Amino acid sequence: MNLHAIGVVYRKELTEWLRDRRTLISTVLVPLLAFPILISGMISLSTVLIGSAKKEVPKIMILHGEDSPAVVAALSANKDLQVVPYAGNWKDQISDKQIRAAVDIPDGFQASLDKGAPETIQIDYYEGEIKSEFGAEHVEKSLKAYRDDLVKKRLEAKNLPDSLIAPFDIKQQNVAPPEKVGGASIGSMIGYMVIILSMTGAIYPAIDLTAGEKERGTMETILSSPVSRLDLVLGKFLLVFSASLTTAILSVTSMGLSFAYMGHALSSSADTSGAGIHMNLGLTSVVAVFLMALPLSVLFSAVLMTVALFAKTYKEAQSYLTPMTFIVVIPAVASILPGVELTPKLALIPILNTSLVCKEIITGTYHWNSIAVIFASTCVYAAAAIFIAVKTFQRESVLFRS
Amino acid sequence: MIEARGLSKRFQDKKRGEIHAVENVSFTCQPGKIYGLLGANGAGKTTTLRMLATILEPTDGTAIVSGYDVVEQPEKVRANVGFLSTATALYPRLTAQEMVEYFGRLNGLDEATLKKRVDDIFARLDMNSFRERRCDKLSTGMKQKTSIARTLVHDPPVMIFDEPTTGLDVMTARTIIGFIADCRGLGKTVIFSTHIMSEVERLCDHIGIIHGGKLLEEGTLSELRAKHNEHNLEEIIVKVVGPLLANAEA
Repeated sequence: MNLHAIGVVYRKELTEWLRDRRTLISTVLVPLLAFPILISGMISLSTVLIGSAKKEVPKIMILHGEDSPAVVAALSANKDLQVVPYAGNWKDQISDKQIRAAVDIPDGFQASLDKGAPETIQIDYYEGEIKSEFGAEHVEKSLKAYRDDLVKKRLEAKNLPDSLIAPFDIKQQNVAPPEKVGGASIGSMIGYMVIILSMTGAIYPAIDLTAGEKERGTMETILSSPVSRLDLVLGKFLLVFSASLTTAILSVTSMGLSFAYMGHALSSSADTSGAGIHMNLGLTSVVAVFLMALPLSVLFSAVLMTVALFAKTYKEAQSYLTPMTFIVVIPAVASILPGVELTPKLALIPILNTSLVCKEIITGTYHWNSIAVIFASTCVYAAAAIFIAVKTFQRESVLFRS
Repeated sequence: MIEARGLSKRFQDKKRGEIHAVENVSFTCQPGKIYGLLGANGAGKTTTLRMLATILEPTDGTAIVSGYDVVEQPEKVRANVGFLSTATALYPRLTAQEMVEYFGRLNGLDEATLKKRVDDIFARLDMNSFRERRCDKLSTGMKQKTSIARTLVHDPPVMIFDEPTTGLDVMTARTIIGFIADCRGLGKTVIFSTHIMSEVERLCDHIGIIHGGKLLEEGTLSELRAKHNEHNLEEIIVKVVGPLLANAEA
């Protein structure tokens, strides 16, 4: 092995790589921009939709209720609701978004209340239509307030305290550390993304440096130089590996910043109940995930190069590598399924093991035995893949396939 | 100097089985001489030259190129060979200068020597006007000059040309032919494959006729003319190869 020759090959491949517009788009621009665009688009859209839905005073219709003026008056007095006159086609009006909801007050509601007999008021709305759902929510809130007020008056009439109806309160309190809270919600996704992106980042250069070189006719040129096949393949491999890491790092950075922005945007809004995203990931955890993904990235780079080398053209190589994406995606997806936990057997399955251990690392759990087994086994797989890549590069039947 | 000793190459083909691309080929090329390897398409010229350049490994036999064995010391052989063919393309995203420098570095030249060598070659081949231009923006002639510069940068004593003018226009082909003649003038050992007879008559000191992977005839042009009592080289080849073709068809 000649380190100088490997360095010369690597520098040349890097120069060409950086000058390739397709590379810049696929390796740098897409991972950098995809998440911010996606996230900010989602936020903007939801902000606009939710904002306009919240601002609107929903039009509602009261069905029946002629014999129950008190509840009708309570609904009509609510400034957050606009009660429109009854019409027979109220269902169509909800579907056509002319009104947001209808309140069906059963006949004799008031009388039943006075007798203490149970009754049900039905709210009709358009499920999945955000403004209708908000309208129904407003109606429900208004009715609950009316009900609470009624209960309070009844208790007062009998000189009973309010606590009779609610003898104790219930409160939920999180005791898990912040990084575990973050990990539970997004941790598994980080490991998954690092794995998937470190592979997708390697695909294009792996093809370009093997099948692409054959297609352009430069393979014979380089093989006529005194560089050994070992040094040549290692120089090329290092470039594919660099591309793989670059894509993964840029993507995760971009994703992290996007989620942080989203978390901030959602927490600054009035209602955070729907956020469900926490970004309390520690830098140490993210760095640890990358360290675990390193041998996997080596494995991907070597395997992709080896497979692409069999192809004569860029297109042929793409048709070989596309199915490989599924081989990587399936175990990576399996790892983020609820209930799939790291076991000694799973620790030996490449991709799945790294994805599972990343899930644990992000939640701040470090099982050093598992980490050692996974790191070592992936290193062995990676070394085997490099060995096969070098051997394949020495096969004339592959290099000069006709 | 090149000394081929019983070079053979067999390939496995799924449909056709074992193919004997080159069989027991032996010849010698002397420094300061041009050896022309003639033959039809598929005769075994390219395979022979690729074995000499160590791009392919012989199945049997060997060759000594500039004192090194192609089987035992392939990297040393390549360091002493300049290999040029229409299949040896340039890296499109490198400039002409970067392309030549890359091969200089792969040949182990230090930066000072490399700079001097590149400046000399670019001046000699009149390439300074496009040295900073990317290879994918070069004309065919410029590309050929860059390829020549690439083969010359490490000043190899042996030059191997595999049908270097195939598909080129007249002016570009002339540049290549002139370059091959210059190599002889510089005392280099040159082997050259072609099926363009005029190039052979103009350039070659020694000729080998190859067909079906076998070297059928060898000698100087005048020796071949005398032996076959024929002046026209094309007719000589027909006389040498013709009976084999007739047997194959029978």
